[in-house]
Amino acid sequence: MANSTSPTVTLTTPPEMARVPLVSNNRPLTWITDKVSQIVEEPTPMWWWLAFAITSPIALIGLFCIGYQISNGVGVWGENKTVGWAWDITNFVFWIGIGHAGTLISAILFLTRQKWRTSINRAAEAMTLFAVVCAGIFPGIHVGRVWMAWFLAPIPNQYGIWPNFRSPLLWDVFAVSTYFTVSVLFWYTGLVPDLATLRDRAKSRVARYIYGVFALGWRGSNRHWRSYEMAYLLLAGLSTPLVLSVHSVVSFDFATSIVPGWHTTIFPPYFVAGAIFGGFAMVLTILLPSRLLYPQLNDLITRQHVDKMAKIILLTGTIVGYAYLMELFIAWYSSNQFEAFTFFRARIGYKNSGWYSWAYYCMMFCNVISPQLFWIKSMRTNYVAVFIVCMFVNAGMWFERFVIIVTSLAQDFLPSSWRHYSPSQIEVWTFVGTFGIFLSLFLLFMRFLPMIAMSEVKIVTPAADPHHHNPGEETGTEAHH
Amino acid sequence: MAQYQKVYGLGAEFNDAAALMAAAEKLRDAGFKNWDVHSPFPVHGMDAAMGLGKSWLSAPVLIGGAAGTLTAVLLTFIPSWGIYPLIVHGKPYDWRTVPAFFPIMFELTVLFASFTTVFALMIFSQLPKWYHPVFNWERFKRVTDNGFFVVIEARDPKFSETKTRELLESIGGKHVTLIHD
Repeated sequence: MANSTSPTVTLTTPPEMARVPLVSNNRPLTWITDKVSQIVEEPTPMWWWLAFAITSPIALIGLFCIGYQISNGVGVWGENKTVGWAWDITNFVFWIGIGHAGTLISAILFLTRQKWRTSINRAAEAMTLFAVVCAGIFPGIHVGRVWMAWFLAPIPNQYGIWPNFRSPLLWDVFAVSTYFTVSVLFWYTGLVPDLATLRDRAKSRVARYIYGVFALGWRGSNRHWRSYEMAYLLLAGLSTPLVLSVHSVVSFDFATSIVPGWHTTIFPPYFVAGAIFGGFAMVLTILLPSRLLYPQLNDLITRQHVDKMAKIILLTGTIVGYAYLMELFIAWYSSNQFEAFTFFRARIGYKNSGWYSWAYYCMMFCNVISPQLFWIKSMRTNYVAVFIVCMFVNAGMWFERFVIIVTSLAQDFLPSSWRHYSPSQIEVWTFVGTFGIFLSLFLLFMRFLPMIAMSEVKIVTPAADPHHHNPGEETGTEAHH
Repeated sequence: MAQYQKVYGLGAEFNDAAALMAAAEKLRDAGFKNWDVHSPFPVHGMDAAMGLGKSWLSAPVLIGGAAGTLTAVLLTFIPSWGIYPLIVHGKPYDWRTVPAFFPIMFELTVLFASFTTVFALMIFSQLPKWYHPVFNWERFKRVTDNGFFVVIEARDPKFSETKTRELLESIGGKHVTLIHD
């Protein structure tokens, strides 16, 4: 049938130019459905209970620390009159940045037709949501009197005073809440066909009922797919500028102030690149162990995927490195003594005057030096090496925010107002607790929802090609592209 | 089972996406109106094969986005110039203030447009619809796995229980089944 329209042309790709298939071993559609659904359907594995038994108490410790801080006030933190933003805002920016990789994978890579995204986008989007949940905690409790958090909303307070719409902090409220909401919508829209799969496979009435309710009665109709694909494209198109705007707005929190080290126009692109950099490291940090625990996923999340993500880490890490160097250059070139002090003394530690230089060097090593390993192909496809570099990047991106926030505030204009900052136990455990919350949510996600977008992976298999017939009937169909 | 059961339509299963698309082209040319194909993933080119045009989901989304922008304009302008101008750092409100409201305008545009996308998708597809006659067909469960189906509704003017069945079988349909409502 396929050849009837093109009788003479036979395209053959030379073997060295042939693309590596996105799904290894030429797996059929049913294999994809079975292997992904089985993760949810099989009895809860022992390792899952062990992992959850570790992460959920950590999450509870975090919740306890949050409760303790709310009932006692921000005085339980190590912040002081000079360093008024420290650990909390560092953690906020850290977590919100991690979310960006999920949206990049789901939206930007969709618009740029990067088909390899299909097997990682679901897990990455889930990671986005959970990271934004963790991020949202910090500004919420940082306001001190949590019951006054409604002051953040664009409504007048009891004196009839409206919030300052010209403040980046209010922009942040809009940006982060929009980001979370749109990410949920995008994620759920993508989930609907896969929830229908779980509904149709469900053995128990309860599972069929619950998945059925959330699948909305999806029946794979082409009249639906037509609108669905348009909706997906539109959501991707809307999320792309959104994700770039979110971290830009977060960077405005700093860049619109006059604090040396913050007052710089490079911040928006530098923050966005850093967010994607840190986010991809977190995606790999959770996907590599998942792949180890579910070997059946190896045909879906292949070496090729890890290789490509490592390349993105190398690219964005290098952009971040460029931004670090450009900050130093501008500190010198601007001849502003306060900028020069912040960068050359407080951060680099010239004449031994930097209190937090160690953090600056940690950041430089983790974010700029360590990803350079990914220039070597064998390192990009070596899972252990990739995992180690990703751990460095995770730490490095946290240090980046710590360096920006704490070094700039602790040693700013007037030496008489300089203050050291060190976190209290409550702060440390609140941060550790958010990792517990994040990982617990991710473990629950793995148990109850398909962690790979089955319907999307099926599109990139040869069987989805409308010119392709079932294996055995025809060969060489890959030539039609 | 002696009860009268209303016939919803005829369903047929096809081997793969290619067979489904060939069948859709033939049914389109045969002039059917109330019919649909069902597949585990969107089959590219199927819209043309079914004789469907482009989805106009983007139209409501444009309106939704514009409503978002307008909401943000009103939300920022009315308090700033009307109800309670908040003078911070001595900065007045004039036309140069407007760029400071752009982030809020942008975010609300995206927020409203995204909600419109999802709700418009539900309205266009008439979802949620938890009961549908096709779910009465046992084989149809495979549509979310690896099944490719055509369903022709009985309300189609060209529908005939015998002739449509023959047509579906002649274009390669397997397990042709009468679906009851």
